[in-house]
Amino acid sequence: MIGSPDVVAFTKEDDFGDSFTDPYSLPEEFTVPLFAHAASANPWTKTSYAKFAKDFILVSEFSEQVGPQPLLTIPNDPKVCGTFDLNYFSLRIMSVDYQASFVGHPPGSNYPKLNFVEDSKVVLGDSKEGAFAYVHHLTLYDLEARGFVRPFCMAYISADERKIMHQFQELSSEFSKASEFLKSGNRKAFANELEKKLRDLEYTRSVLHKEAELQKKNNGCYSTQAIDKANELANMEKSIYEHRDLLRQITSYPSRKKKDGDFVQHETEKPAETSVIDDSLNSNHSEVADKTVETECESRKSSYTPQLIKAKSAKCFDKRLKTMEELCNASFFHQTLEQLNTIEKSYRGDLCLIYTSQIDRALLSKQRITSFLFEAECDSEFGGTSKNFSVSSNNPTVPILNFSGEPQSLDSYTTCIDVDHIKPGVESMEGRPDSSTSDITQETSEAADTETKGSFSSDKSIEAFGGVSPSSLQTNYFDGLERKSKVSIASPSENESSSLAVPQRTSDGNLVPVDPTCCIGQDGFVFEEPLLELAQECYGDTVVNREPLSLLQGDPALQMDYILEESALAESPNMGLTFSELNTEEVAKITIEDVSDSTSFMSTSTSSDRAVSPFTYGNAATLKQKKKAGHSALRFIRQYPFAQQAISCLLSGRTLVILGVDEGTVRKLVNALFIFIPNLGKYGETVQPWLSSPFQLTDLQRWKLIGLQRAASPAGSSILHSLNRYSRYISILDCDSKTLRCPPYKGTLVSHLADHRTQIKRGSTYFLHVQGMLTQLTAKAFLYTFCHHIHLPMDINHQGLVTSRRTNFLLQLGYTVEESKIVQYLSELIKRHYIQGSSKGANQSFCFNYTTSYLYKI
Amino acid sequence: MLRWILGGREAQGTVESAALFIGEEQPKNCFTEMQVLKGHFDIVRFLVQIDDLRFASAGDDGLVLIWNVETGECLFVLRGHTQQITAMTSYTFIRGGTAHTALITASSDRTLSLWDPDSGNRVQNISDLQSSVKCLLVLAHLDVWLSGGNELCVWNRDLELRCKMVHHSDAGISAMVELPKNFIAAAMDKEIVIFKLNLSGSDIAVMAMRHLADHQDTIRSLIHINDRLFASGSHIGELIIWDSVDWTIQAYEHILWEEPARDSQSEFKLNHQKQIERSIQHMSSDGEYIVAAVGSGLYVYNVLMKSVVAYRRTAHDSNILHTMLQRDSLMSCSEDGSVRMWELQDLPLPAEPASSGFFGMFGTFGRSSKQTGPPAKKIPEVPGLRSLELIGDLIGHSGAVQMFLSFKEKGLVTCSTDQLLIVWKDGELQSQLRSLAVFQKLEENQGL
Repeated sequence: MIGSPDVVAFTKEDDFGDSFTDPYSLPEEFTVPLFAHAASANPWTKTSYAKFAKDFILVSEFSEQVGPQPLLTIPNDPKVCGTFDLNYFSLRIMSVDYQASFVGHPPGSNYPKLNFVEDSKVVLGDSKEGAFAYVHHLTLYDLEARGFVRPFCMAYISADERKIMHQFQELSSEFSKASEFLKSGNRKAFANELEKKLRDLEYTRSVLHKEAELQKKNNGCYSTQAIDKANELANMEKSIYEHRDLLRQITSYPSRKKKDGDFVQHETEKPAETSVIDDSLNSNHSEVADKTVETECESRKSSYTPQLIKAKSAKCFDKRLKTMEELCNASFFHQTLEQLNTIEKSYRGDLCLIYTSQIDRALLSKQRITSFLFEAECDSEFGGTSKNFSVSSNNPTVPILNFSGEPQSLDSYTTCIDVDHIKPGVESMEGRPDSSTSDITQETSEAADTETKGSFSSDKSIEAFGGVSPSSLQTNYFDGLERKSKVSIASPSENESSSLAVPQRTSDGNLVPVDPTCCIGQDGFVFEEPLLELAQECYGDTVVNREPLSLLQGDPALQMDYILEESALAESPNMGLTFSELNTEEVAKITIEDVSDSTSFMSTSTSSDRAVSPFTYGNAATLKQKKKAGHSALRFIRQYPFAQQAISCLLSGRTLVILGVDEGTVRKLVNALFIFIPNLGKYGETVQPWLSSPFQLTDLQRWKLIGLQRAASPAGSSILHSLNRYSRYISILDCDSKTLRCPPYKGTLVSHLADHRTQIKRGSTYFLHVQGMLTQLTAKAFLYTFCHHIHLPMDINHQGLVTSRRTNFLLQLGYTVEESKIVQYLSELIKRHYIQGSSKGANQSFCFNYTTSYLYKI
Repeated sequence: MLRWILGGREAQGTVESAALFIGEEQPKNCFTEMQVLKGHFDIVRFLVQIDDLRFASAGDDGLVLIWNVETGECLFVLRGHTQQITAMTSYTFIRGGTAHTALITASSDRTLSLWDPDSGNRVQNISDLQSSVKCLLVLAHLDVWLSGGNELCVWNRDLELRCKMVHHSDAGISAMVELPKNFIAAAMDKEIVIFKLNLSGSDIAVMAMRHLADHQDTIRSLIHINDRLFASGSHIGELIIWDSVDWTIQAYEHILWEEPARDSQSEFKLNHQKQIERSIQHMSSDGEYIVAAVGSGLYVYNVLMKSVVAYRRTAHDSNILHTMLQRDSLMSCSEDGSVRMWELQDLPLPAEPASSGFFGMFGTFGRSSKQTGPPAKKIPEVPGLRSLELIGDLIGHSGAVQMFLSFKEKGLVTCSTDQLLIVWKDGELQSQLRSLAVFQKLEENQGL
């Protein structure tokens, strides 16, 4: 058994990284820089000596007829593999014979026995090929195969060793899902096959029986023919018995299918079953089980016409073996393929990008209270335990997953692929099979140049990982802040025993991937800045220079569930007075600028003008779009000196109308500004990029940014009338005369956000800058919303008291009256969102205030 | 008719000097949150409060909608009338120890319906009416209600006809108020008819007692002021305060808005002057003051002092349709689509020679004095004259605001020709209520 210390050893880079020395590497004094920036702007596009262009998934089989053979690759494009020898690599990965368990006739038993073998998960590296692979072995049952099993494996092949090692757990769980689809489909197919076979056998037996009777009658009991027939009959009986037993075994595997049909619940194997099977094997007549099976198959397979089976036809090597699709149900097979495609897409790109996005997602999942404000929404509900097998094609209601299928797009993984919402059932297997025929292969290194990095059976790893975190380990985004503000009272963590640097699973199934700090600690980690930045975003300025700690070694306050304790709810006069510490202006000025270019270089087109794909109403506003919008926004703030006023309008919820003759100009401005809209909506519902009819009052409620056509027609005059009528609720940006009519804004927040002298040059960089500042703003709005004492007790007679407390609080957050409008608006949004849930009530009320507007000119 | 056109046109200018366009800075306007309620398909004309939370709206589409004022949720759509609703009232009665509220609606399709706002069911329906009902009056202490149109009918709570009285006038009853001792005052064209309800046992008989024909034009509004007084206003600006018991005239005002003659203006302006609307469209009272909507102006009158308190000739850009008086502030809504909030403020001293020149004022204490034109005395300086200052306006509707209904701190509901209802709320208060809800939910959820 592999205990957690082994796992740690396994996942710590030092322990195996040192042992691995590249035989082709030059001595230290002769080494040249690994990659030259001049040669290629993107060092990740080509890995040094791998023969394939990018990561791919290989599915192979160890065929009993031809040996290891590749079946398919994902993506199914020969260019991907390049000159990489799939056959050779299949041999490599399949030669790791993990199948220690015995299938067939176990000693002491006369009957074949199926072992429900857990998949094995192995990492291997092939230095010759420059390939490293996560290899997931599984077996499927096939009645016609030797020992009834067909070994398969799925491998994620990458040139980046670290990627495989660091993402092992994620890969493992994702591939387990794919494997589960295959296996549950296979069990059904196998049971069907067995039923058919049984009927054939029974039919044959009855035929034989008749023949034997005939023989006896004709030739006497002891004629050779009669004895042959009797033997044949006995063999047939035995065969029937064996098959029945197999059927009983396979059907006793608890397999429940959900009502919707598409979703296969992941079976859990109960340890008791093995013993049950053993018992029934010992007892010669387990009639009950047989009968149920029989009635079952009769009712199900009544239409099937049995066929006569020739004796000794069982093993036949010239027969065609079933394809993988035949072995499983077709629908299961396609589900598997979809899952594999998802994996391939979500693990594209460099490791640090994967990390970043994982951290991003994990942090995002913790701000479910406020994430609706500025974050691109993910497809599934946060905190929901229901796993929607998300990107499957039969689930068209997930349009946000914009897998456009651009193979070169390295940053497409950023479109919120919800890989970390994993069915808890997978990981929380209650027990392991008790069978002594253990299925663990610790290490096998058969080929000289194949470094098996290690392997452990999945159930062990499950224990190692799952057992560690019985409680939820949700570190909360705000915990860092909370800790300081003493709003939340830390309770000691229940599990400090383990120091796993691997991802943890919370009890509710949410993956808390790698703690940012533990990633930083890895040697040779190339891009630390994104992580630093994210770490800063989440933990304030305290974490940045700290020694990286693993999730569990870290500050206990970081591991806390966000719980407002009773005592925190009680009013404490000192609460909120410590917020002066939180003046995190420095945080806002962190290395964002260096950081973001590491992502923006991927698509140089983002910074070009034509790449600005106008934001269109009704489509999901993806992160990618938003990044592109960053460029427009950057141009906007450079071009218009009143950009700050316009942005402050958007942030404080005052509808901004962009008025212009030319649709293109207006749309461009809309596209530049939509990233500043709080609660943009999944499909950008709050934006109307081009409107050519007069807007109504209810439109102001719906839309926070409107592109409006200026026309000379009668319609145009009524448009102007509506503009005039509702002028107190809107700000008007006239892009023809380049004026803005809006309330004044003199605060510092937006001037940081939209500084026209900014040094940021790239749109995506600027977007990240904006996103960072908005996240900070959101955090403060959150504090403002949930800080008890600044809202309660509610006393209409002492309105001034509450107001002054609020003002003081905002001052301590670093916000003046100018910003308070913004914070208050965000706070109102948060409150509504919290009270009503994410479902937008059909009828929202609409807040405004009576302030004088001024006309700003260029 | 004598008009007191004094030389105080400039003074009038000072009285109304505050620009009617108040601008965007409105510190006294607490309505900083609005909620638009959609549901009607035609002009919404009537709003009736059912209880602290609910109200009903009705209009020309024949639909009656019941709303929750806090959430803006439409609770029921009461369908049944095929034509526009002409009158609606709520009717609270005690049944089985608990108070029930029913809703009575009358429509141009000559039906009367009784609705249960708790279930949305039509409890009763009367469809064989001779004419459509123009007004409804509930007499709570008698547990009956009256419908007025070309006929006056008395109904009990189960919509059973108790009594009926047919009139042969063309106009029919346009408004009714309840007077003490089971008397009813009903406005019929230029007359006010006093009816008496005779209760003998379970039978109810209606009898016309007197016709008060002092108005010279159609009576547009008829209101109850207090137990002793009621008031009526006519199309040409006559405002009469009546004694509720002996039906004598307590005061007579003829409000004549006068266009300030600008010398340079030509005859066109004079023509325009004649078109000035001075019909008393609506009146409301708090028992001491009356506010009358006269054309597009507002006129506040103290019935106890029998003196004008404040006035504003052009309070709106168009005719005022509804008013409300609360302490020192009043509200008005108009065909111009806005609701304006006013405050009665003391004029800065020394008061300008506040001219009463644009309204005739007769200290009339008898009915006869009206004919004998000359005023008892000229009021050069109206003592205690205050000014109506605009403190805020609510702009949202794109059509005439027909009516509004105040739910005190819960908000104000307006209904309009543009088929919308808007609930205006105190944004600060709503924000606090939401905070409260947030912390309640936090406590329920034991954390976030």
